[in-house]
Amino acid sequence: MATHQTRATARIMMSPAVILLFLWMIVPLVMTLYFSFLRYNLLMPGTEEFVGFLNYKYFLTDPSFFTALGNTLTLVGGTLLITVIGGILLALVLDQPFFGQGIVRLLVIAPFFVMPTVSALVWKNMLMHPVNGLFAWIARSFGFQPIDWFAEVPLFSIILIVAWQWLPFATLILLTALQSLDGEQIEAAEMDGAGALSRFFYLVLPHMSRAITVVILIQTIFLLSVFAEILVTTNGGPGIQTTNITYLIYAQALLQFDVGGASAGGIVAVILANIVAFFLIRLIGKNLER
Amino acid sequence: MARAISTRRKLTFSILGWAIGLLIFFPILWTFLTSFKTEGTAIATPPQFLFFDWTLENYHEVQARSNYMKHVTNSIVISVGSTLIGLALAIPAAWAMAFSPTKRTKDVLMWMLSTKMMPPVGVLVPLYLIFRDWGLLDTRLGLVAVLTMINLPIIVWMLYTYFKEIPGEILEAARMDGASLMKEIVYVLTPMAVPGIASTMLLNIILAWNEAFWTLNLSAANAAPLTAFIASYSSPEGLFWAKLSAASTMAIAPILIMGWFSQKQLVRGLTFGAVK
Repeated sequence: MATHQTRATARIMMSPAVILLFLWMIVPLVMTLYFSFLRYNLLMPGTEEFVGFLNYKYFLTDPSFFTALGNTLTLVGGTLLITVIGGILLALVLDQPFFGQGIVRLLVIAPFFVMPTVSALVWKNMLMHPVNGLFAWIARSFGFQPIDWFAEVPLFSIILIVAWQWLPFATLILLTALQSLDGEQIEAAEMDGAGALSRFFYLVLPHMSRAITVVILIQTIFLLSVFAEILVTTNGGPGIQTTNITYLIYAQALLQFDVGGASAGGIVAVILANIVAFFLIRLIGKNLER
Repeated sequence: MARAISTRRKLTFSILGWAIGLLIFFPILWTFLTSFKTEGTAIATPPQFLFFDWTLENYHEVQARSNYMKHVTNSIVISVGSTLIGLALAIPAAWAMAFSPTKRTKDVLMWMLSTKMMPPVGVLVPLYLIFRDWGLLDTRLGLVAVLTMINLPIIVWMLYTYFKEIPGEILEAARMDGASLMKEIVYVLTPMAVPGIASTMLLNIILAWNEAFWTLNLSAANAAPLTAFIASYSSPEGLFWAKLSAASTMAIAPILIMGWFSQKQLVRGLTFGAVK
């Protein structure tokens, strides 16, 4: 059907988007790669020189890199655990018919639309404040000692905030998957005497497995780059207890002006993200073929 | 599916569903309520839920103390601007990929998706330096450019999945009737594509409005959108809860309402069509 002419037209129609996106990706990436082999500090202009893999050596052997890597993995893993399990349970509840279902759905997805700086500050100041916060009041009314969230469990506090933001995303996608489940299959299983639990584990969960994988992969991509929530609540502290890779590189670049070191870190972050991306791309690509 | 649902079961799930919904929504509700309190009532113990003297004071204060309207304008210009430019670039591209696909179309789509996987810190340093040298730091133009490129893959993908759903037979019928390519586009395809374009636009305005890596790193006083403005409340103004709440409520209310309208598209947009 596609003639020679329409094919040429198609190429022209695609080129602006493709060319711009290509430049956007390749130019900064090549620059980062180039800087990562230089000693280059903005505070000492004119002293740039080629240092080979020295920046990588410093970055990868710095103990704060391992702390940050650990924090990143904890942050991603913790958030995934809460959002995936919470999302499955919520999707199961929201899938049941009940009064005001539509409104509850809107309430549940609302946190996703709150900008990260707002949710972080509202949680930190108004809910988790050790003296006047709502959580402290609840703890005291039950006779417990209030937790000083950001001093005692800083990383967990950030996980809670981030999980609150991403729970709606997981719920919505899992609910969409759940709604495409064939009702007759469930009924048949029910008639054959399958209990609620075995229906869930043998029918519902396998049906949702693809959606769960999508949720995990997409969230991982975004969660590797959590930044604003850390910046406005803890600045990576106390110490470096809440510094993730993204924040570490940001600090190196824009607080210490170490262009070379930050670039090496950036390349490391790109490689880490690519490992996840590889699997996601394959999954979505498979879907495209069907 | 003719299954009788007992009223009791429905009631149980109503209570459970509403309890969970309100719990999740609570931080937003709390922010909204606090924005109408005085600073004294805001930190009162026990907390005041509904029966306090409602006041609009904080909304005045936020406007008076800071150049609030400037940040709102910045947010609007940046999110709408980047979305419109993104659409202008993406509509022809997605159109071509959906209606005259070649062997390489799939690879192009996957490649576009892969650019979205690049962590922003990977290109923070060069982009910061380019912006500094070109005088783009803390300008709306710079932020519009960055956000356009960030969301372009999502826009192309969403449009592609929408355009794909337009049946090819309609095109063939139009061609049989002797419609030219131009006529085909204007009279046949465009009306069918408008809903998809509209929801793509909506979702991307939301994403750009809430973007908080580049807006925080590349803007200061002048071009700061609401994300960066609210971040300035991190200390010590964060202690003024009522004002923080008023500023936050104004920053999230319009986009929350837009979000509610676009909830269906959210799934499609953010999973790149992997879940519909």
